[in-house]
Amino acid sequence: MEVIDLAWWKLGLAALLILALAGTGYLARLGITQSLLIAALRTVIQLALIGLVLEALFASSAFYWIALLALVMLLVAGREVVARQGRRLQGWWAFGIGTGAMFVSSFTVTVLALTVVIGPEPWYAPQYAIPLLGMMLGNTMTGISLALDRLNESVWRQRAVIENRLMLGQTCRQALEDIRKDAMRSGMMPSINAMAAAGIVSLPGMMTGQILAGSPPAVAVKYQILVMLIITVGTGFGAVMAVSWGGRRLFDERERLRLDRLGNS
Amino acid sequence: MLENLSVGTLDNASLTVAGGQVVCLSGPSGSGKSRLLRAVADLEPHGGRVSLGDAVQLDVPAHQWRSRVVMVPADSQWWFDEVGGHFPDDAASRLPSALGFPPEVMGWSVNRLSSGERQRLALWRALVLEPEALLLDEPTANLDNDSTEAIESWLLEEIRRRRIAVLWVAHDPGQIHRVADTHYRIRGTTLERVHGSD
Repeated sequence: MEVIDLAWWKLGLAALLILALAGTGYLARLGITQSLLIAALRTVIQLALIGLVLEALFASSAFYWIALLALVMLLVAGREVVARQGRRLQGWWAFGIGTGAMFVSSFTVTVLALTVVIGPEPWYAPQYAIPLLGMMLGNTMTGISLALDRLNESVWRQRAVIENRLMLGQTCRQALEDIRKDAMRSGMMPSINAMAAAGIVSLPGMMTGQILAGSPPAVAVKYQILVMLIITVGTGFGAVMAVSWGGRRLFDERERLRLDRLGNS
Repeated sequence: MLENLSVGTLDNASLTVAGGQVVCLSGPSGSGKSRLLRAVADLEPHGGRVSLGDAVQLDVPAHQWRSRVVMVPADSQWWFDEVGGHFPDDAASRLPSALGFPPEVMGWSVNRLSSGERQRLALWRALVLEPEALLLDEPTANLDNDSTEAIESWLLEEIRRRRIAVLWVAHDPGQIHRVADTHYRIRGTTLERVHGSD
């Protein structure tokens, strides 16, 4: 099957539609115009750049270049996790916990999927490694930031309850039990919902892209199943780590609730 | 029990409470009475030394300390829907009649309780843990006069019988007179003993 390449001017047509939306937003004073335009511009520039980077990377496929790109992706995702939390741990903790959890979960799962399941030669072949890691990071980023945001916000609001539970001799783990469940649920919900709706309500983006690019649907579906499963695994373990590290950091060594460690954005 | 405790604006506070005795704390609002109790429960960073018998606060794991030295805050919190979830399973059978609740109270929903009822249940919730020391922050603040005195005498009886050491933050001079074995007042940054309180 021949893939129809898109001419740049055809993308311009899609961009005109964005301009139309922005114009509507401006005229109706909906307050979305500026952020919409900036985000659209960022998409175009960032994706164009990553296209160039990937072309170069596919040509060289040296391990250290791939590792460097992976590191940059991780750090940007870590920064994004911090930015998405309304209240966050002060100092480097917010960044450290989010990035650490993302690193452990998404890198482990990606490497596992590459070596054991897909098995390209070499295992870090950029054509497989980079898109897979990108999808892992994007989703664990969402899950971890939702979970941490919910954790910090609930602890902030339920201070009196947590302290009352501590006063009755509960450990900090017990006092945080309900909040931890809540935070896990909000971190995992997007992945669980995506799996539940996949194929019926929504055709996942990756699979759609593969089919558009000419892959047989049967292959695209298998990759999509693999991706959804490992995304959920990565998000889940990442959220577990982030919530447990973050929850630990909200208490000190005497199991006192330390809200002074939470700052406002 | 307390030696040279400092927390917030309060400095070098020292006092001793014997088992079965009530020490009342009073002072203007904002003077740090509650923070003093929180420091004794080890809920806030503080200086000085707190001990219970031979046990030194910082040598005991925090949650074990707090199950021996139980604090009841001025506004108690409830996190399950039903009253019973906050108590051990056999609490209903041991429910003291002085509290004025039928045993079915364990099945009641917390939302139905008045603030006075919550206050009384919060005291019982602390006592079922069989603490060696109790830290009470205005335990009768939400009660009317009649039930205040009923609760006071029930508490005193339990305190004497189980030989619990009690720090009791109170405003009302009448109450202090009725329950205190010793009375301390916070003045400025110091804790001073009020004489004439035997």
